[in-house]
Amino acid sequence: MKDQPLLDVEGLTKRFGDRTACQGVSFALWPGEVLGIVGESGSGKTTLLNLVAGRLAPEAGTICFRLGAGRVVDLARLPETERRRLLRGEIGFVHQNPRDGLRLTVSAGANIGEPLMAAGARHYGTIRNAARAWLQRVEMEEGRIDDLPTTFSGGMQQRLQIARALVSEPRLVLMDEPTGGLDVSVQAKLLDLLRRLVADLHIAAVVVTHDLGVARLLAHRLMVMQRGAVVESGVTDQVLDDPQHPYTQLLVSSVLAA
Amino acid sequence: MSAGYNFAYLDEQTKRMIRRAILKGVALPGYQVPFAGREMPLPYGWGTGGIQVTASIIGPEDRLKVIDQGADDTTNAVSIRRFFAKTAGVATTTRTSEASIIQTRHRIPETPLRAGQIMVFQVPIPEPLRWLEPRESVSRRMHAETDYGSMHVKLYEDIARLGRISTAYDYPVMVNGRYLMRPSPIPRFDNPKLDRSPALMLFGAGREKRIYALPPHTPVKSLDFEDHPFAIERWTERCARCGSNTSFLDEIVVDDRGTRRFICSDTDHCAERRA
Repeated sequence: MKDQPLLDVEGLTKRFGDRTACQGVSFALWPGEVLGIVGESGSGKTTLLNLVAGRLAPEAGTICFRLGAGRVVDLARLPETERRRLLRGEIGFVHQNPRDGLRLTVSAGANIGEPLMAAGARHYGTIRNAARAWLQRVEMEEGRIDDLPTTFSGGMQQRLQIARALVSEPRLVLMDEPTGGLDVSVQAKLLDLLRRLVADLHIAAVVVTHDLGVARLLAHRLMVMQRGAVVESGVTDQVLDDPQHPYTQLLVSSVLAA
Repeated sequence: MSAGYNFAYLDEQTKRMIRRAILKGVALPGYQVPFAGREMPLPYGWGTGGIQVTASIIGPEDRLKVIDQGADDTTNAVSIRRFFAKTAGVATTTRTSEASIIQTRHRIPETPLRAGQIMVFQVPIPEPLRWLEPRESVSRRMHAETDYGSMHVKLYEDIARLGRISTAYDYPVMVNGRYLMRPSPIPRFDNPKLDRSPALMLFGAGREKRIYALPPHTPVKSLDFEDHPFAIERWTERCARCGSNTSFLDEIVVDDRGTRRFICSDTDHCAERRA
């Protein structure tokens, strides 16, 4: 089973009108692996993530996902009912803006507990304890369990969102610019946290970012996208230190040296 | 019965349309059936949905009881009862046991219902998921997929903030293990009366134009947590008029010094106990 990919994407294509957002994208992801997707804005990174998450329907291509029991399903063809039933808790999503991924009108504890309740947890004490444990895990004060997310800082909201995405122990996490819009020191701490959680829980992750620094820290492998197509992919250090494609070379050379 | 109106105010085609919606609702317990709600000669929020349902099912042989906040003598109850006495010429009553149709807002009578009786509820907001999901397209999909796990978030919040489930009325229920349903603003005290009731329960929402139903003997379960089970409210006081300590009590301030009395909310039940 170890040599079987968790996610196998083949020839994924998505158009918006006559514009192509994704053109024949293929990649595979193994359990415990972090794949980074970099590229400038408008290159189709987020569309690709949304396709894998099932928020968009592709025009062509397959998204084969290996379920816990070893069964492989094509997410692109799966009827919605099946999709919801099979994927409940299997795939987590972290939005760039924590407000998109959180329920702002209910407390932090309820935000973390909701995926558990959605998966059928009906014991208040258990849910509460899980919420406490996860607050600790994302380095937040337990005492804030009953506070509303709107009273948190941007970095804390993002931590909360990560806790919510991971509490059901998904096997795949999709992250869209998880550190975007945060100041540098908060970013660094968050990256540290993400790296540790992903390694501890042995989660596979796809991280979309336009920040090559984030990609270098988090991703094992890297995919470079330009105008909806993958122009280069490989081991992160290799892609960043020895870029082959002219566009990748441009990306790497445009990073300001600190 | 006054001339100039069709029997029970609505025209026959409208009544047929509403009956079709009711039949569909009965066939799918707890499912909200859209219907082409009509303008009624009273404002939304005063029971336009309930009146349309009653108008569609009432016949000359029926005996109608209307209650508002458990009472037969409040404005809304009196005017709706008169409306049907006038437009349908039906007999009316305040006695639960004598009524064949009971239109209600807020309460289910304390007197146990029997087979053959029909309860008609006036519903302000039929969608139990509305607070959680403002988009109708999404909430309908959630119903279709029985995707109700997040409903417990509300109960979680209650316990986290107050130590107990504080939702006191309109307490969400699962109908026949399939559809999540809002029982209209009845106190949670009345929720157990919905479960496997021998009477037919019809729910009409006029503004939102939805009808739903509980056929007799339908299992109805109130949402709860394993470690915080559903429970109805209890009073340490007794009714100041009839002495009951098992019925739903209203707390009434009777003077300017804040003196309180507790009185049965169900006036018919109270009067019967005193008789």
